[in-house]
Amino acid sequence: MATTFTLISSVSVGAGGAADITFSSIPSTYTDLVLCLTGRFSSGAGFSLISLNGSSANFSNRILEGNGSAASSFVNGSTNYAGALDGSGDTANTFSNTQYYIPNYAGSTNKSISFEAVMENNGTTAYIDAGALLWSNTAAITSIKLATHTAANYAQYSTAYLYGVKNA
Amino acid sequence: MPNPTRIEVNCSTGEVQEIELTAEEIQQREDNRIAFEAAKAEEATAAALKAEAKAGLLARLGITAEEAELLLA
Repeated sequence: MATTFTLISSVSVGAGGAADITFSSIPSTYTDLVLCLTGRFSSGAGFSLISLNGSSANFSNRILEGNGSAASSFVNGSTNYAGALDGSGDTANTFSNTQYYIPNYAGSTNKSISFEAVMENNGTTAYIDAGALLWSNTAAITSIKLATHTAANYAQYSTAYLYGVKNA
Repeated sequence: MPNPTRIEVNCSTGEVQEIELTAEEIQQREDNRIAFEAAKAEEATAAALKAEAKAGLLARLGITAEEAELLLA
């Protein structure tokens, strides 16, 4: 059970949109990290990709996904897949929510990330992802980047909040 | 027209920067878009072929999709 849950930094995307959002120089003083993204693509549809310490290499994943009519379990070919997001074809002014939990981010073992991503859409198709990622790298995490998968931007009013969790 | 920008937050100082993407970053995003659309088109084609094969099989068996679900339940 966490003893403290502290906001480290936050971002709110402005009128120009943002191709990606990076939290850098993350302090090593917490036990775990929680990253909350409320996002929407400025055009089209797609998903987020996560990079750690500037690297998108050495990721593996297993995704459990529901799309409104069926559920499936698969490995996403984009190995640093980080959850589906609402796009311009989905209900207007509606944002997806994704929460990433990164335990022992400052330790010296490989890093795991679990996430839940929920699209909100008043339609027949909306995705819910439960994802497990493994970053096969023993370096302490000092930066996290979320990027859109295609040339679309995170739309205005998308937000990202990074929290530090101390377990003792 | 200005290049797209990315946002970087320094968690130690609190400084927030909006940084223009480099030409390489812009090209990578465009390459990603093309690959993504190609993959979606491939998925759609595969789904259509599967639906066609399923409809053909049901017709040969002379049963409906609901009756097929009963058999498989």
